[in-house]
Amino acid sequence: MIRHDYSRVDPKRRANIDHKKKQFATAEYQQLNYEHRLNFYDLPPTAEITLEEFETWAINRLKVLSELEGCSFRNKGPEETAEYMKGILDKHLPLKSDSSRSQKLQDERRRDHYSHFILRLAFSSTEDLRRRFSRLETMLFRLRFKDDDPRERQGFVHSLNLEWDEVKEDEKRELREELLAASGQKKGDDQEWFKVDWERVPELVEQRRVLLKRGKAYVPQREQMSLVVAEFTRKLDDALELTARALPRLDEDDRLAPILAHLAQSFATPDAAYSSTDANIDGLSAIRATSIDTLAQNFPLCMRNLHMTLRENSHLKHYGRLQYSLFLKGIGLSLDECLVFWRRSFKLIDDDKFQKEYKYNIRHVYGDVGGDANRRGRGYTPYSCQKLLTEPAPGPGQTHGCPYRTYKPENLIPLLQRVGVNDRDVLKTVREDVGKQRYHVACNRVFEWSHKNEIKKVKEDGSWSVNDLDTIVHPNTYFKRSWLLKHLGEGNVGVVNGGEKMEE
Amino acid sequence: MTKMPHSITPESTPGDDSSRTVSQVDTVKSEPETQDVAMDDAPTPPATEKAKINLEELFDDEDSDGEFASSAPVVKEEDESSQPAPLKISPKSSFSDPEIMRAFYQRLFPFRPLFQWLNHSPAPTPAFAHREFAFTLPNDAYLRYQSFPTADLLRKQCIQMLPSRFEIGPQYSTNPRDRKTVRKASAFRPIMKELVFDIDMTDYDDIRTCCTGASICHKCWSFITMAIKVIDVALREDFGFKHILWVYSGRRGAHAWVCDKRARELDDQKRRSIAGYLELLKGGDNAGKKVNARRPLHPHIERSLAILKEHFQSCILAEQDPWATDAKAAHLLNLIPDTQLRAALQKKWDSSPHRPSAAKWSDIDALAKSGALSKSPKDLVEAKQDIVLEYTYPRLDAEVSKKLNHLLKSPFVIHPGTGRVCVPIDTRRVEEFDPLGVPTVTQLLGEIDAWKGEEGERKVQDWEKTSLKPYVDYFRRFVAGLMEEGKGVKREREEGDAMEF
Repeated sequence: MIRHDYSRVDPKRRANIDHKKKQFATAEYQQLNYEHRLNFYDLPPTAEITLEEFETWAINRLKVLSELEGCSFRNKGPEETAEYMKGILDKHLPLKSDSSRSQKLQDERRRDHYSHFILRLAFSSTEDLRRRFSRLETMLFRLRFKDDDPRERQGFVHSLNLEWDEVKEDEKRELREELLAASGQKKGDDQEWFKVDWERVPELVEQRRVLLKRGKAYVPQREQMSLVVAEFTRKLDDALELTARALPRLDEDDRLAPILAHLAQSFATPDAAYSSTDANIDGLSAIRATSIDTLAQNFPLCMRNLHMTLRENSHLKHYGRLQYSLFLKGIGLSLDECLVFWRRSFKLIDDDKFQKEYKYNIRHVYGDVGGDANRRGRGYTPYSCQKLLTEPAPGPGQTHGCPYRTYKPENLIPLLQRVGVNDRDVLKTVREDVGKQRYHVACNRVFEWSHKNEIKKVKEDGSWSVNDLDTIVHPNTYFKRSWLLKHLGEGNVGVVNGGEKMEE
Repeated sequence: MTKMPHSITPESTPGDDSSRTVSQVDTVKSEPETQDVAMDDAPTPPATEKAKINLEELFDDEDSDGEFASSAPVVKEEDESSQPAPLKISPKSSFSDPEIMRAFYQRLFPFRPLFQWLNHSPAPTPAFAHREFAFTLPNDAYLRYQSFPTADLLRKQCIQMLPSRFEIGPQYSTNPRDRKTVRKASAFRPIMKELVFDIDMTDYDDIRTCCTGASICHKCWSFITMAIKVIDVALREDFGFKHILWVYSGRRGAHAWVCDKRARELDDQKRRSIAGYLELLKGGDNAGKKVNARRPLHPHIERSLAILKEHFQSCILAEQDPWATDAKAAHLLNLIPDTQLRAALQKKWDSSPHRPSAAKWSDIDALAKSGALSKSPKDLVEAKQDIVLEYTYPRLDAEVSKKLNHLLKSPFVIHPGTGRVCVPIDTRRVEEFDPLGVPTVTQLLGEIDAWKGEEGERKVQDWEKTSLKPYVDYFRRFVAGLMEEGKGVKREREEGDAMEF
């Protein structure tokens, strides 16, 4: 699909030598006709494009995908995301409906098609990239599916030829009540249902939004999207797997590989955001188990809450321990001190039980034990806000996660008051933020309030740049910034620079 | 994605530390103070018994090749043909004695049905041979990635190592013992396991008033009974599974093994979605109301509510009396959405402290009728339904169900804290199941000796002489049903497997 360079062997001539390649060669100039706006990307593109097109199209799609990812990091709801993405999509990856009668219809669809396949190449190399790519492409597909013209969408779905059983009239009558209850609908709005094996709609099953009978899921027409999207993801995942396997055998000169590598690189995971240098905070001497109680004042609410629970109960459940140990590791507590910390904190547990049931997990967190990969990676990285906000909510007796999300507002406010946040306006806006699911905004608001004097000071004397006061998206950043601000004038002003690697 | 030690994943190497992860909560906790077991004796080696074992067997023992075998006194190693000499068990013997454990594995543990159960057909297949077993040894070392070509070899190693318990994991794509020899890490991955559920009493601690910690009584066992009823019917009617084995976990919980072929082959995502479908309670201690069911109720919740309603009256209001104290009653008040009604109730309860929960519960309706209700009666009905569900709906340890490679304790092993055998629970008579009446290993061994029946044509197996018999019979019938179903697909599968050899 690359315009050939005359100094090289003509690819078509090469193809003629090898009969296997010949069959592909004939397809070379076949332009696909894109009947529908949406695309399942079943067929790879076959025509030629220039190197420049190759790169710009890919970069444009990449921009769209990273913006999408940003939306999910910022916990934007579906409507908000759609609103936000509209402009970006129109700019970088426009895709108009048939009804627009646009001249560029085919051209836009071709771009969409090609750029998808280019990124597929770039992001199929590792499991991690594949998973992210598939997640984001699915998000993009869902976004487009939603705002597609209903009639065109119907046509597209029809063209997919998915095998769905329709629920017959008599069965519908018989199960009417249950069908309506399961799909959460008012009586009266009549509609159609499909019957499929429940395994095909795991998403709907998980949220209890379909009726299940003997292994069959009764999916209302309205939930069709979920089915189509699931099918899209499934196909894409399979295809990515195949691409990954074919990648080493890519019949390629050295023009594409650098572009692909570059694309993959610029898509680096923000999850690997924590670096061990963040543990080094100038002016903060080596942390000991005994100093945690004092330092807890600088902890973000999620960690402070764990600390208080730990002091109250002399115990924390598994996920709480995990989250807290990782954080403590992140602020520079050594394994030995961490073990001392937990041993002393679990006052009610005898040594034997501690050794048997808890020690291993703490060592595992630090990469002291466990599989090869765990040891080499020195255990896990401390959890980011993103991670805490997307983990399953805590169950009975558990306290991990982000309190802004897991606490009911009536319980959150007293908790904040307990840690000294008593400004009525702040509490009110926090409540609003939380109501809109902007948990990190609420957390940053509390940070700004409780450090308002210090922030004012560093802003005024210009010792901290704007970047140093960027939104906090990692509990360890919270701690570091808080500690530094509270210890201004102790010879460490300005040491934050370069300390914001966590967000990259 | 980081893997947490919570679920046991292949990256933790076997036995590299004597401690272990905490996920199988009830199997690990070993607080000595259980009310239902006579634990007054520290494990005393039954020195008095040694003398009674006859000389012949002393010599028999010599051919045993196990490194652990020699330290324990004189019981026969591997012999099925001759009846082992009676091993005298006094009620004082501790169930963790090596001798007891050996006798148990030798004479009582139903290895053959267990093999057929995991193998789904009479001749050994990779479903058994590539299956991971994990042993917990008497010194608490944890030995992962064990696998056995046949039931006899599993039995042999049990008798040799005397694990205090063992767990069953998935079938892997290659033999777990060869996992280090595969060229690529991806060539060693879990491919099949029963869908499992774990219900444990710890998750009920905030609403359980009769016992705390590791102890249980009949009152709190009803939580488990309710959970089994609800989950079982959902798995059968909604998901269409037929072969569901419920097993008592030995102390205060129950496990379910869904063995249908369709269930065994589910990937992690689908396991997660079943767990999500069955989970209702959301949020930690501070999330406030834990149940916020969507209306109209989903048919599964509607059906569960119908099952649980009757139990709520007897098990919760009468037996548990969950709102007796003021602090607990405050929680109930928080669950009522109507401020006006809440204030009226508060006033009434303040004036009569320690009013029983049943009375408090009926106060809600009484006061609502007398005009203290500011919202619609429908809201109150729904709030009350949510409360019933919060106090009765099953609380699953969902992590166990979500992962294909999660290990779960095998049926019929002995719980190291109580000495009770992890017997199957017959769901048709789930109400009659009495966890405190489940035989302990010492009791069973005693029963063999006390057996007075006639040896007829057929040799009577040791387990048939004991109160373990009904449980083994039930298990064998279950396995037979499972194998019957497997017959249809057997041919096809065998052909597929032929590729691997």
